[in-house]
Amino acid sequence: MHAFQYVAPTSLAAARELLKDAISVPTRVLAGGTDLLVQMRAGLHSPARLLDIKKIPETNVLCIEAGQARIGAAVCAARIGEHDALRRLCPGVAEAIALIGSVQVQGRATVVGNLCNASPAADSVPALMAAGASIRVIGPDRERWLPVAGFAVAPGRTLLAPDELIVELRLPVPDAHTAEAYQRFTPRAEMDIAVVGVGARLTLDRDGCCRAAEVAIGAVAPTALPAPEVVAAILGARIDEAALTRAAAAAKSVGNPISDKRGTADFRRHIAGVLTRRVLRTAAERARQRSL
Amino acid sequence: MTKQHVLTTINGEQTEFLCEPQQSLLGALREDLGLTGTKEGCGTGDCGACSVIVNGRLTCACLVLAVEADGQQIETIEGVAEPQALHPIQQQFLEHAALQCGICTPGLIMATKALLEKNPDPSEHEIRYWLSGNLCRCTGYDKIVRAVLAAAAQLRGAEA
Repeated sequence: MHAFQYVAPTSLAAARELLKDAISVPTRVLAGGTDLLVQMRAGLHSPARLLDIKKIPETNVLCIEAGQARIGAAVCAARIGEHDALRRLCPGVAEAIALIGSVQVQGRATVVGNLCNASPAADSVPALMAAGASIRVIGPDRERWLPVAGFAVAPGRTLLAPDELIVELRLPVPDAHTAEAYQRFTPRAEMDIAVVGVGARLTLDRDGCCRAAEVAIGAVAPTALPAPEVVAAILGARIDEAALTRAAAAAKSVGNPISDKRGTADFRRHIAGVLTRRVLRTAAERARQRSL
Repeated sequence: MTKQHVLTTINGEQTEFLCEPQQSLLGALREDLGLTGTKEGCGTGDCGACSVIVNGRLTCACLVLAVEADGQQIETIEGVAEPQALHPIQQQFLEHAALQCGICTPGLIMATKALLEKNPDPSEHEIRYWLSGNLCRCTGYDKIVRAVLAAAAQLRGAEA
């Protein structure tokens, strides 16, 4: 790996000071490093400075507060899997995060890193989009909140400016009639990258009809996509076989999948339909369990 | 670039070293500290040969910068055996012939140690999932899984 400067600020204020010259001193943010260090060794990035955010208290927050789940940008995936309340309340997001990498990777990799790496197949992203997650972004002298949906603009590219970093991610905790699910398809059971991934969050009314829903599909386009056509197929309806069949048909038209070593475009469309059916069925079942 | 000073704890002993910022923890362990038990396989976090335990979490040492070790607690394969005897996990790997070339073995033993500390009575299914980040290209996984089951049983017996 090429030489660089390593800095590990212990406060947001100190991190902001360092971001002031992040344009003249090309800077990359280091959290888990499971993508970044590999890419740097491969010569894909050669920053002059690595800014390690793990010593900043705000990036280590993991809690549920005021109806929102807060996940700091330095929180590793394993910590999320160990958080009982988060797993219970946001099972779709939690099960998506639990699928990222091996035990070794889970101990280092972060959800925000998964987002910033901007892989079309990132497991956490469709689940976070369906959950309505947003991120807190800071620059040297500014701050903004961005939705996770739309944050990735192309493979490996996001809306983050070179002098910005993400502090934390927040998602609204579902109410008692709302539940979520995420599933992906991989040829191997473990240590593989999604051929397609589908995340959904849906709300049922007292009669079991779908009152609101968000669905997002990964790996069928250069970025994970929201699927309003799937939502339109189930909104107002009971989540029965007929509704699931309509949703599956709609999911097949989302995006413009490619053929590669993981599967053909036709196979991806088919799998998008199968997973959409399963994920909606699971989310509806979880919503019914929650309202009991 | 100037070298950075790192003060860390490795296998319970306070350890100091100097490193370049781009050096991995794996490189520091093997090249500067002489702890060559931790092996380099892929160097991309896929094979698990360099597995060590950092602050109680199983981690690939190739994906950690040496400077990040500052102030942390690191456990490597060198800290597993007792002064006079092998650890039960090591003993069971030997007795079940769960190794051939040995490159994956230190990582598998560290991964097994981390598993059994979290879950003393894992099912075969749980063992196979937990060890899926450790690749073995010689022996295949069956003997390894049997060694882990036997080590878990022995450790539970020792505690009872």
